[in-house]
Amino acid sequence: MNGWTALDRFLHTDPRDVGCAEAMDMLHVYADLAAAGVPVEQRYPGIAAHLRACGPCGEDFEGLLAAIAGEAP
Amino acid sequence: MTSSHHGWDEVPTARGVDPDSARWLQALSDEGPRRESAQAELYAMLLRAARREAARRGPGVRITGPELEDLAYQAAGDALLAITQKAGQFRGESRFTTWACKFVVFEVSAKIARHFWRHPTRPLDAENWDRLPDRFGFDPARESEWRDLLAALRRAVDTELTPRQREVFVAVALNDVPPDALAIKLGSNRNALYKMMFDARRKLRAALVANGYLHDEESRCS
Repeated sequence: MNGWTALDRFLHTDPRDVGCAEAMDMLHVYADLAAAGVPVEQRYPGIAAHLRACGPCGEDFEGLLAAIAGEAP
Repeated sequence: MTSSHHGWDEVPTARGVDPDSARWLQALSDEGPRRESAQAELYAMLLRAARREAARRGPGVRITGPELEDLAYQAAGDALLAITQKAGQFRGESRFTTWACKFVVFEVSAKIARHFWRHPTRPLDAENWDRLPDRFGFDPARESEWRDLLAALRRAVDTELTPRQREVFVAVALNDVPPDALAIKLGSNRNALYKMMFDARRKLRAALVANGYLHDEESRCS
């Protein structure tokens, strides 16, 4: 990826983006489905768009997936 | 986690809640040793999750050793308190353990954000424009191709953004201040800062498109 593309991606905003509050509220549901292999990006496109764009929420999502995997029997 | 791991009695399953989650809820709402046993098991799970999460994030935020361990213990304890107070709000949309782990992940996240200001790496009001080329991966050897673009971006930051949007943009994009840490400093929250950055990014992109530096959305998608 060159600088132009990286800057364009950084500035790009997705109108489906639900924002942090809704993403955080639904994160456990989204993570459980993702861990089960459900295509969550199709079921919750607004949350998927947000997690791609928001560093802190994306990091929390990765952490929750790791926690689920760590507690799997 | 399966029900076979618990020593608790079988209980009827609440509608919409999976059997294992129902057992957690029942045990945590009980009185006496059953509740204590469930809380102890929940705390052990939260501590495992907190340690994993702290270890995963620690190197990136330069927290190590006893400080990281202490952070994990505090996160697990605070998460347990929040979960026991809010267990009645669990709606059964996920497994109870996933819902519970969300609390501990958020606690680790919040504690790491607070830790940032113990050793800030740069003043909040600095404007480190020189780091933009490196941040976005512009090739120094081809500066003549991107110099005008970044100059236009800087002009747009100065002319298109509100003072608050500019402050947030400078902190996050130029000074690399983590958004959660910035929210603490500004007495705000993650959601409000994200919304501010969202609007700022949209304005800046529109300005760069209007001046011919970036393509509009339709061109971008094609």
